[in-house]
Amino acid sequence: MQTELLEQPNTPTILPIETLQVMPMIKMSARNVDAFFGKAQVLHNISLDVPANKVLAIIGPSGCGKSTLVRCLNRMHEVAGGTMAGLVLLDDRDIYKEDAVRIRKRIGMVFQKPNPFPTMSIFDNVAVGLKLNGLATRRNIGEVVERSLKQAALWDEVKDALNKSGVSLSGGQQQRLCIARTLAVSPEVILMDEPASALDPIATAKIEELIHDLKKKYTIVIVTHNMQQAARVSDLTAFLYMGKLIEYDETKKIFTNPSIKQTEDYITGRFG
Amino acid sequence: MERNKEMSIVNENIPYHFFRRKAINGAMLALCAVSALIAIGILSLIFFYTINRGASYLSLDFFLQMPKPVGETGGGMANAIVGTVILIGIGSAIGLPIGVMAGIYLAEHGNNKFAVLVRFMTDVLSGVPSIVAGVVAYSLVVIPTKHFSAFAGGVALAILMIPTVTRTTEEMVRLVPQSYREAGLALGIPQWKTTVQIVLRTAFRGIVTGILLAVARVAGETAPLLFTALGNRFWSTSLDQPIASLSVFVYDYAKSPFEDWNNQAWAAALVLIILISLLSLSVRIVTRNRFSSR
Ligand SMILES: Nc1ncnc2c1ncn2[C@@H]1O[C@H](COP(=O)(O)OP(=O)(O)OP(=O)(O)O)[C@@H](O)[C@H]1O
Ligand SMILES: [Mg+2]
Repeated sequence: MQTELLEQPNTPTILPIETLQVMPMIKMSARNVDAFFGKAQVLHNISLDVPANKVLAIIGPSGCGKSTLVRCLNRMHEVAGGTMAGLVLLDDRDIYKEDAVRIRKRIGMVFQKPNPFPTMSIFDNVAVGLKLNGLATRRNIGEVVERSLKQAALWDEVKDALNKSGVSLSGGQQQRLCIARTLAVSPEVILMDEPASALDPIATAKIEELIHDLKKKYTIVIVTHNMQQAARVSDLTAFLYMGKLIEYDETKKIFTNPSIKQTEDYITGRFG
Repeated sequence: MERNKEMSIVNENIPYHFFRRKAINGAMLALCAVSALIAIGILSLIFFYTINRGASYLSLDFFLQMPKPVGETGGGMANAIVGTVILIGIGSAIGLPIGVMAGIYLAEHGNNKFAVLVRFMTDVLSGVPSIVAGVVAYSLVVIPTKHFSAFAGGVALAILMIPTVTRTTEEMVRLVPQSYREAGLALGIPQWKTTVQIVLRTAFRGIVTGILLAVARVAGETAPLLFTALGNRFWSTSLDQPIASLSVFVYDYAKSPFEDWNNQAWAAALVLIILISLLSLSVRIVTRNRFSSR
């Protein structure tokens, strides 16, 4: 049954341009990306485009390589000791030919589990990227922290407690703090690996609202296990299965009329 | 039928299991409490016995005066107190940077053969008797320079500090969750800054505790100093001359036949304990987590 599924024609378009109203600007693209952990191949020949100021959701069953794919996009895959082949382009330039540190400044990342730095205050957690990158001046730092916290919809809750520990916040607040921390270094793309999976529905709703606002300025790639969430927040959806890109299309299309049966089976909950 | 029987066995046993579990829980808890009491008891025994024997011989003179010749009463050990501080200073200046950096190396890049070798050697080194460290410092420093010196004593202490500091630093840095490193790197912070400003900052208190243990351990060392720093009855702060230390002072005075000297040895021992306690306390206060007392 499963092998039958796999043998279906598997040629997703790199970007479903015809379904988008206007010709989008491509912010990032993956071209024939293979990823490995040692000898084990985790991603197989993945190609997709991420248009600017859109939200791309990556869905798929556990272990299918969603995290690995987003980590290839900001060179974090190599930090975990993985290797990859293929191209990843940011504004049409190969990120693997540039300095990893500078690339990661341009492509921020929010992790599954909120991970504010425990020894730092709320203020310092947001400021740390600026400070350690030498981007901070005394004058701008307060401004940037305030702006980032406002963008992350956290400012009103913490503005009187900026000196408190970052880990004194609730889980949802911590995750928004991590988003603020990422925003503070002014990235162009934000990768989110299941940013709401450790949060309750109310905190999740806040994060989703936030993603809506953020796409005006940033390009966002979000990994999620939650089908409804993908449908709510994203413009485009990529379905990954066993390291292969099965279908990539406009979110509306994926959730109402997927062209591949496997996708349909997954989103209707028949497997995965 | 079968099933019913099983059920009834279980039911009958519930109170039995319950009380047994309670009893075991209570017994274990009591055992833990007794062990903790014994640990504290031994510590207070040493402390109070030393106070009992030494406190009455402590006076301002003891801290400000030099040792008196045999036969004269009174006198102090200002030179030994200063000497101990200097020896710890030299040992720390050499041993701590090496130990801390080696520990960071092992924790952050310790997946190769060289690291395995280093780890093995540190383990061996930490089991080496302290007198052997003295012999090594003797042949490394005393023989080439042709005289005993504070520096040689410091080297001996450093040799003793390195393995403890290395291993505790490694453990503490390893305890820092990978997610903080990744968060730092994902912000575009260079690797070395991530290590220093985020990983080390998170592990800081643990590393300091390791350092404290190492310093406290060598502060009372006598054997490695006997043939490196030697001891000195006169005031000296120069690094290339023999230097007095509290531990050697205690050793010399405790085995002397003069009662006055024996008493002074107790006083010196007390000063040594107080010195180490103060050191621990002050470092604890300085490195107190500003968020822990929230
Ligand atoms: N550090 C690692 N070393 C070796 N193999 C790994 C490592 N991390 C992940 N893998 C393997 O790579 C595959 C893809 O993992 P990945 O974390 O990308 O999956 P995922 O789709 O994000 O899953 P989940 O939804 O559970 O987070 C899995 O089969 C996993 O076992
Ligand atoms: Mg994952």
